[in-house]
Amino acid sequence: MKRIVYREWRIPPGRYWGILGILAVVIGLGGLSALYLEHQGHWVTGMNNFVVWGVPHVFAVFLIIAASGAVNVASIATVFGKGAYQPLGRLSGLLAVALLIGGLLVLVLDLGRPDRLLVALTHYNLRSIFAWNIYLYTGFIALVIAYLWSMADRMGAPFKKLIGLFAFGWRIALTTATGSIFGFLVARQAFDTAFLAPMFIIMSLAYGLAIFVLVLLFSFHEECRPVGDKLLMRLKRLLGLFVAAMLYFTLVYFLTKAYGAKTHGLVDWVLFDGGRYSALFWIGWVLIGALVPLGIIHHPVLGQDRNWIVAACILVVLGGLATLYVLVIGSQAYPLQMFPGHIILESGFFDGVKSETATYRPTIPEFLLGLGGVAVALIITAVGVRVLQFLPESLADAALPADAVYLPTASDRE
Amino acid sequence: MVSGLIPTRAGLILLGLCCALVAQCVLAGDGQCYVRPGSRAAALDDCVAPTAFMRRNHMELIKHQRDATVHQGIRGTRDSLAGCIDCHVSRAADGQPVAVNEKHQFCSACHAFAAVKVDCFDCHAAVPRGAPLSEAAGGMPENDLRRTNQ
Amino acid sequence: MKQQHPEETIDQGRRAWFGLAAGVTAAVAAPGVVLHLADAAPAVGTEGVPVTAAARWGLLIDTNKCLEGCRDCVDACARENGLDRQTKPAAQSSAAWADQRAVWLRKAKLADNLTGRVTNLPLMCQHCEHPPCVDVCPTGASFKRADGIVVVDRHVCIGCRYCMMACPYQARSFIHEAVHDQLTGVPRGKGCVESCNLCVSRRDHGLASTACVDACTAAGHGAIVFGDMKDPASPISLALKAMSSRQLREDLALNTGVRYAGL
Ligand code: HEC
Ligand code: HEC
Ligand code: HEC
Repeated sequence: MKRIVYREWRIPPGRYWGILGILAVVIGLGGLSALYLEHQGHWVTGMNNFVVWGVPHVFAVFLIIAASGAVNVASIATVFGKGAYQPLGRLSGLLAVALLIGGLLVLVLDLGRPDRLLVALTHYNLRSIFAWNIYLYTGFIALVIAYLWSMADRMGAPFKKLIGLFAFGWRIALTTATGSIFGFLVARQAFDTAFLAPMFIIMSLAYGLAIFVLVLLFSFHEECRPVGDKLLMRLKRLLGLFVAAMLYFTLVYFLTKAYGAKTHGLVDWVLFDGGRYSALFWIGWVLIGALVPLGIIHHPVLGQDRNWIVAACILVVLGGLATLYVLVIGSQAYPLQMFPGHIILESGFFDGVKSETATYRPTIPEFLLGLGGVAVALIITAVGVRVLQFLPESLADAALPADAVYLPTASDRE
Repeated sequence: MVSGLIPTRAGLILLGLCCALVAQCVLAGDGQCYVRPGSRAAALDDCVAPTAFMRRNHMELIKHQRDATVHQGIRGTRDSLAGCIDCHVSRAADGQPVAVNEKHQFCSACHAFAAVKVDCFDCHAAVPRGAPLSEAAGGMPENDLRRTNQ
Repeated sequence: MKQQHPEETIDQGRRAWFGLAAGVTAAVAAPGVVLHLADAAPAVGTEGVPVTAAARWGLLIDTNKCLEGCRDCVDACARENGLDRQTKPAAQSSAAWADQRAVWLRKAKLADNLTGRVTNLPLMCQHCEHPPCVDVCPTGASFKRADGIVVVDRHVCIGCRYCMMACPYQARSFIHEAVHDQLTGVPRGKGCVESCNLCVSRRDHGLASTACVDACTAAGHGAIVFGDMKDPASPISLALKAMSSRQLREDLALNTGVRYAGL
């Protein structure tokens, strides 16, 4: 094993600026959408008094949980002593910070009064899990930056293990709290369960890793730096594990909901009668987000092909967005159960008249705002790897350190 | 609990008032003030507090009033924003009130000069519109805004 | 005129003016002091008294007296709070606008799944003792006044809508558009969340009732009783004692301030 050398991302300037340019355009469109939204008010979105959180929140939540998943790669090396992951730590930290910033930006720009951001930082209600999140997010960014320092600076090295452990604990807390934003909502049948917290953690691991692998392969490919097969297979198998776990959690979530009589209707609706929500559930959440990637990953031929692995990662990301669309928006569209045992015949407001669900038709600015957040995350990453030494020169198998604690894995035995 | 201190404070205000008045005269020459002709204030001598004090501190007064009203239900007192508008709003030739945040009107002329932007009128009516209580509730309450300062 | 001076003079003038005024301020206007000064000034008008927990305001709705098709309470609420002044943004479709405009009070008509018995009732903020909206609000803008009224301090609301996610009664509305022509007594504007506040300014001025109750009573229905649930002699307390009533979603144990009889 050789010493790991990190080097800036030196793709040709034309290519680099081209990438930045494209991202800047997407960010610009997102920014314009935010301005448009703030100027006009939210009536220009599909959001209304019943579906109060829409597509921007799908993107924001996705980016935020993916952020805590992305840092997991570093944790695997530091906390769980897997040496092979060690060279990936820096990129993992950078990506985590970038994704979180992108997600938070979307969340903040969607506020009814983004001009009052300062209010959010100076007034807080400690009973609110949302207020807690503000601190968990800022703390996470600070902690990951410290983590990066400990990984990159000789002076930081003695603290690496400790900071890494702390960052790991923090990211668990962060995703737990993000899941609890929904889980603590006793009013809504689809939420109201602590189960959402671990489910979000599993989802974060899958999405974060998928994005990480995509960024890693793209940046290395652009510069023809080698990524060893053995490493890639490990990452791929890990992704398979996370996706399978996610599928299992999905199953248990719906079983829990199907068991209680008061949530029968909800399960029926999401799985069968929900129109586009059912379609998104089966095609997006289950098929694209889980079954197809699992098929690719475990396929004896496709699973060895880098292009197919990339495809699997992209599918996990798309499936993740569909998952959150169903989870965040579908759960609001399904009417509240205010009068059990009754059917609402008429109402002057949406009350699920005759069990109808709320309408939500997202508009283009909402998507642009969300994509703007994604582009912000990517541009931070692109600039970061360009100007600082985040990427190892080589991830060829021979260049990788051994695991600190050697645990044989299936492929090692192959 | 602080009543013992009041005389000293009152003295200090007086002192400050004098200084401010002198400064005002020196600076504005003609003693121009922002009060609009045609507003009720134009016919009165005093604001709800000494004018110099108001110039500097009206925002503190209104913000204090705001929290007192929203959180403690203290309404209709002399510092209410509705009261400021009611007294300071000017009237066009046809008798219609002109929004206090319109160009060259009371609040906006001075704010434009001082480069201050307030968002209060996103929500607050900038002209008196409807009594503090709805007509259904009997219109003006006991502590009538119009009577509070006379 | 001051504001017509050339740029530089303005700046100098402003600085000198502020400098002097700052002296005044430093002497008398440290935040706490301002408040005392305001209190110590010659009493003009009636000083309000802070609300206390001595009262808890609530409503009792007798659904048996609530008529199908009657909108008196809804219209009275809209008039009282300037909600009838809402205008649809020109480019918005009517269907989408119906879901976006603010509604503080609505009527609902339900039928029992088993018996088919039909019930009509008004629905609004239930003014919970343990309001979920207050728990989740990140800035503390949603709060409960000492007298039990749940309100949004729209000077602190950032428009995150988490309270709307948390409310079991869909009682809150978000303001999706710029608002004009508000009533002086009921400020409201884009980007914040609002809901029924039990006609809060009527409370503070010591009036007997709310707009919806007045309208219902005036129409001769008398389906809603308003009052202090802590005062055992108040009409609402007596009525609550006399007839059986329910809270909506009592499973959540929120101890609502709005009760329904005959449901
Ligand atoms: C009863 C009528 C009345 C009410 C109510 C009132 N004002 Fe005034 N205000 C006046 C008058 C009269 C003057 C001019 C005093 C003078 O000429 O010295 C004045 C002056 C001022 C000035 C100084 C203007 C200048 O030209 O420098 C400010 C600032 C001001 N008021 C703000 C307020 C605010 C803020 C409120 C609400 C808290 C308020 N006023 C309520 C009558 C009123
Ligand atoms: C998003 C809407 C909104 C904005 C913006 C807003 N307010 Fe208010 N304000 C309200 C509402 C709503 C009330 C009434 C609360 C009630 O009746 O309980 C209120 C009440 C008040 C009151 C007490 C009522 C009165 O007339 O005295 C004051 C004072 C006040 N606001 C000051 C301000 C100031 C100063 C600003 C600007 C810096 C401002 N507000 C901006 C919504 C707003
Ligand atoms: C004589 C000039 C003057 C007039 C008239 C005036 N203001 Fe101001 N106002 C100021 C200045 C100067 C500031 C900024 C003080 C600072 O930045 O500390 C200010 C600040 C404020 C603020 C605080 C803004 C913030 O963001 O903190 C509010 C609220 C306000 N004014 C309300 C009013 C209202 C309402 C009126 C009309 C009834 C009014 N003002 C009339 C000079 C004036």
